[in-house]
Amino acid sequence: MTNGLRSTAWALVFVVAAGALANAQVSFERILRADQEPQNWLTYSGNLSGWRYSPLTQITPANVRNLELQWVFQTRAPAEANEKFEATPLVVDGVMYTVLPPNHLVALDAATGRMFWIYSAAISPLARVCCGRVNRGVAILGDTLFMATIDGHLIAIDAKNGRPIWDKALVDPALGYSFTLSPLIVKDKVIVGPSGGEYGIRGFVAAFDARTGAEVWRFNTIPGPGEPGHDTWTDAGKTAWKTGGGPAWVTGSYDPQLNLTYWGTGNPGPDWNGDPRPGDNLYTDSVIALDADTGRLKWHYQFTPHDEFDYDATQVPVLVDMPWQGQPRKLMLWANRNGFWYVLDRTTGQFLQGKPYTKVTWATGFDEHGRPKRALAPTQEGTLVYPNNQGATNWYSPSYSPRTGLFYIPSWMDTFSRYFKVPVEYKEGSQFVGRFPTMSFPALRPPAGAINQRLPEDGYGAIQAFDPRTGERKWEFKMVDVTDSGVLSTASDLVFAGGREGYFFALDARTGEPLWRASVGGQVSAGPMSYAIDGRQYVAIAAGSVLFVYALRQ
Amino acid sequence: MRRVAVLVVGLAAAAGTLLPLNDRGQAIAQDHGYTPADIENGARLYQSTCAGCHGPAGDEIPGVELARGQFRRGTSDTDLITIIKTGIPGTAMPPHSFSDQEAAQVVGYLRNMTMVRTGIGTAVLRGVGDPARGQTIFEGKGRCTTCHRVYGRGPRLAPDLTEVGLTRPLPELRDALLDPSATMRPGNRPFRLVTTDGRTVTGRLLNQDSFSIQILDSDERLVSVQKRNVREHGFISTSPMPSYRDTLTIQEVDDVIGYLVSLKGFNP
Repeated sequence: MTNGLRSTAWALVFVVAAGALANAQVSFERILRADQEPQNWLTYSGNLSGWRYSPLTQITPANVRNLELQWVFQTRAPAEANEKFEATPLVVDGVMYTVLPPNHLVALDAATGRMFWIYSAAISPLARVCCGRVNRGVAILGDTLFMATIDGHLIAIDAKNGRPIWDKALVDPALGYSFTLSPLIVKDKVIVGPSGGEYGIRGFVAAFDARTGAEVWRFNTIPGPGEPGHDTWTDAGKTAWKTGGGPAWVTGSYDPQLNLTYWGTGNPGPDWNGDPRPGDNLYTDSVIALDADTGRLKWHYQFTPHDEFDYDATQVPVLVDMPWQGQPRKLMLWANRNGFWYVLDRTTGQFLQGKPYTKVTWATGFDEHGRPKRALAPTQEGTLVYPNNQGATNWYSPSYSPRTGLFYIPSWMDTFSRYFKVPVEYKEGSQFVGRFPTMSFPALRPPAGAINQRLPEDGYGAIQAFDPRTGERKWEFKMVDVTDSGVLSTASDLVFAGGREGYFFALDARTGEPLWRASVGGQVSAGPMSYAIDGRQYVAIAAGSVLFVYALRQ
Repeated sequence: MRRVAVLVVGLAAAAGTLLPLNDRGQAIAQDHGYTPADIENGARLYQSTCAGCHGPAGDEIPGVELARGQFRRGTSDTDLITIIKTGIPGTAMPPHSFSDQEAAQVVGYLRNMTMVRTGIGTAVLRGVGDPARGQTIFEGKGRCTTCHRVYGRGPRLAPDLTEVGLTRPLPELRDALLDPSATMRPGNRPFRLVTTDGRTVTGRLLNQDSFSIQILDSDERLVSVQKRNVREHGFISTSPMPSYRDTLTIQEVDDVIGYLVSLKGFNP
């Protein structure tokens, strides 16, 4: 190499480095204004309002048929049946961060898929996860990534070299506590909550100092003696709350004006026999609104009081500002596992509307306060209930598009379970559930291939679009098999999603018309996301044990 | 032949004491050292702890069929107890806080799962007939080999019966012979489609998704069709198999069942 060439090379390095430096720190300001840098995807849901919406517009309904595969990234081994690839990648200034199950964090060149580094957390053999050794992704603040692990650690990792900065063991994996969510960053705090509602845990949502890992606040989703809501655990022995569940499987949302962070909570324990835990069992199956600085509860709404059907409120809260009955209002949209979708006032928690989005038989509607009118309960001989135990939706992200004003729900349509009531005893570290219900679709673990021989009356999968203003369903895209895929909407009026059939596809966001699809050869159990590098828009989706990245043919 | 004879005796012996579960468990348990109460408690533990991943029939994890004793790791009861208690590090199998006795009870249930689940002894259980006579009927008067395949011989249109003695409980075999349409398993359902150019294809549905259908057609071809090229499609609710209620005597049906339960695969 000549001196001249070398200096040119150095100059290039300098320019690249300077560019990187200008963008190096992912400040909370940047996260708050994520819509101003649509080339990046800085949080689990793309913004703090939980929209899973990309402002990018290069890929359109007119050209989406020209999408082609750019690169794939294969996890290092064939996925175990329970090690679904559920992570949504982050992309920060051309670098992608994603998590291979269970807790292998990788940094990739987002344009080519080549790896910069990999960090594999050493997972305790004591870890036990009811429903999959999975992780849904990392959070970033400054130059630090945050990964919560299935053995109950929260780990801060240097985004440049993949080395841990601090590592806190927060909960005891031998008792069934685990983390599967992507943490939420609010200001200088990392907020997480545990999975483990099937192990008789006592759930919480807690905030940790991003620099040190020190706990700043904690809200117990199962209130203890003296805490508000404790009186909704009315067993004579006064012990049921200790194993009451209320996990936080999925990342919350944040409203900076109200300074409230919203979290969905999971089922009470034991799942399928409510007799040991009489009462409403707050704050299980609820949305809780917490002061982001103190963790103090501002309000709550319980979707499924005294749940016996495993209807976790394990969904991303979707925050939208739109007119409600003529007045501008801060709203929350929520498609719940229990088969109803809701409109709440997110300032006060007031119930505004609840409507079924699939066949629902466990409740017949709502009273004037928004309390569901429960119609069914598990019995010794079995009770047939719609929707099935896996729910009408689950952890898979919905989407909201401010352009169409529509709310997109990945849905399990007309599925059913038979619930049996059997005696249950709590034992530390063992599942605390009751008898597993029968289901018209398997819960979480279809075989590796997407074999589907079911009858139409067993139910089906769909992406549905609803107009929150009218409650009206605008369209439904039907799939023969059900879907564990999140939904992405874009500013060019596309909707991306997939399903168990092993397709990843694009729909017209206004009509639901299918415009493009790719066969990805394994089930999609993750949410799509979009990003751009050098003006070129990409769409990424994990399916099977592989990450696929698409862009328009050049 | 000797093996089959032992099996028949075993089933007949079990049949006499199978009602209710506890009594029946007694007969089964003696082979493995589990008491009926062990098996019953194991079943309860299984339903609450294991069925979520393994499924109620123990067959929802690819490569693992608990009811058939097909495990990825470990074969002895001791192996299985260890795996249940400690899990398999690096896999989806977590550790469980069972005592040794509880883990053993779960194994006790796994060892008896098919019989417990299918309720042999709770249905009206007739004696199992003579396998040799059953084979003669199967290949002759019953005309079963017109459609079924056994040990690599025969057509593939109907289910291959090489392992049917392992995979189907006895009452289900009887129901299949007497009322075939009532007991079709998902992978055996007949399917019919008509293409947009007017061609009718029938066969067994292997798989379908929102855009395509995979089928083994009546000429034993593996056919994949795009739904955009299909005018209509759907399951046929009646099985192509005839009922033998009126064409075979009760004794002949018993004999055919005797033959079927003797079919245990290539490497029994």
